[in-house]
Amino acid sequence: MPQFLEHSGTSWKGQKVKHDLSVIDKLDPRLRVIMVTLFAFVTVLSENFFVLGVGVLVGLLLALLAQLNLKRTLRRVIAMDMFMIFLVILLPFTTPGEALFTVAGVSASKAGLLHALMILLKAHAVVLSLLALVGTLSATTLGHALAHLRVPDKLVHLLLFTVRYLDVIGQEYKRMRRAMQARAFVLRTDMHTWRSIGYLIGMLLVHSVERSERIMDAMKCRGYKGRFYLFDDMALGADDYRFMALFIPLLCILVGLNFL
Amino acid sequence: MHIVDGALAVPVLAVGAALTVAGVAIGLKKMDYDHLPQVGVLSAVFFIASYIHLPIGFSSVHLILNGLIGLALGWAAFPALLVALFLQAVFFGFGGFLVLGVNTVNIALPAVMVYYLCGMGISSSSPKVAAIWGAIGGAGSIVITTVLVAFSLMLSGEAFLLAAKITFVAHIPVMIVEGFVTAAAVLLIRKVKPEFLNIKERCDAV
Repeated sequence: MPQFLEHSGTSWKGQKVKHDLSVIDKLDPRLRVIMVTLFAFVTVLSENFFVLGVGVLVGLLLALLAQLNLKRTLRRVIAMDMFMIFLVILLPFTTPGEALFTVAGVSASKAGLLHALMILLKAHAVVLSLLALVGTLSATTLGHALAHLRVPDKLVHLLLFTVRYLDVIGQEYKRMRRAMQARAFVLRTDMHTWRSIGYLIGMLLVHSVERSERIMDAMKCRGYKGRFYLFDDMALGADDYRFMALFIPLLCILVGLNFL
Repeated sequence: MHIVDGALAVPVLAVGAALTVAGVAIGLKKMDYDHLPQVGVLSAVFFIASYIHLPIGFSSVHLILNGLIGLALGWAAFPALLVALFLQAVFFGFGGFLVLGVNTVNIALPAVMVYYLCGMGISSSSPKVAAIWGAIGGAGSIVITTVLVAFSLMLSGEAFLLAAKITFVAHIPVMIVEGFVTAAAVLLIRKVKPEFLNIKERCDAV
């Protein structure tokens, strides 16, 4: 198998992903999390095509404002499309209703096509706004924002630990795979591959857990008692109020349109 | 395995979210601060496993490893997988935001079930028996996950029936690979660091 297929093109680069500062970055992280949640509710619960169309446009606009890297964003949106491609293609053929066209003797219904289109619009609106508003935060800032929003302490700690270990374990995995490659290991469809990968994962876990125990001991030695200190005190500024003044009426209009 | 936003019916989303909240609450209660780094490690491993692609004929599958995570963590698998799925959704756009609850239940519930069903088996004194139980755990968790995914699709509409069936068939290779990989990982961890799979505690309990 060619090397480039081994990673699905979305490996974790942690905080090292390059990202241009934009208008969105001036906003309070807490506000961004709340707004994206509200926006997701408004779009997912809507059944109105006009609302969903506007939703996708808002998503695109936010992505533009956030100056998302075009190539990276496209790759992620396509990765998401891959998750639902079967669902969306099959839907017109499995929904009963007035036939629109036929492929190989199976008729596609209009109702099914509309349903499929609706799923596409909702998924894209949510993913674009999510990548634009929250995906541009650094993972640590996101953790702190969640802590300020009263997400349980332990969950936030877990998130911060996970983000830290993603880097460590990702590097460890690459190191061990390189060692295997140096010994002429090639991935195939056989028992040997599966056993070796199983051992690789087992060893990866053992290494990482031992490392985490050492880190824990070191932290305890410095007086860790299950509490992190959140340094960045977040405060709403003029930009945040301006954004809210635009975004909240927009959401209200979108909700209202459903009932027209 | 991730379901995207907009596909599922509102009641399914609500039930998924409620179950996830309950599961995470139990998980957080059972997990003390000393355990936190270990749970974080497994959460990160789930994330990394999703880009380890293994070839199957002309195609390839990626590992999910929720069986192994369940064996190691028990109820703490809920918070661990919620965090991993949340990070994937936010930074990679995998899955969606409001379906996070359903996706977490679909992946974490089988992990917890495997913990209770296969936990005794992997602490058996014979390595062969332990490997077989590891394989059952690895493959079984994928079977349950796929069935849950199929169920959440079917409950959202009759029209999803075919897609649900295809999801199940498409994941048969994943079940096989996952079974072998988990068995090997269990064998190795048993030898090197048995307390990681709670094997010693279980033996003491017997």
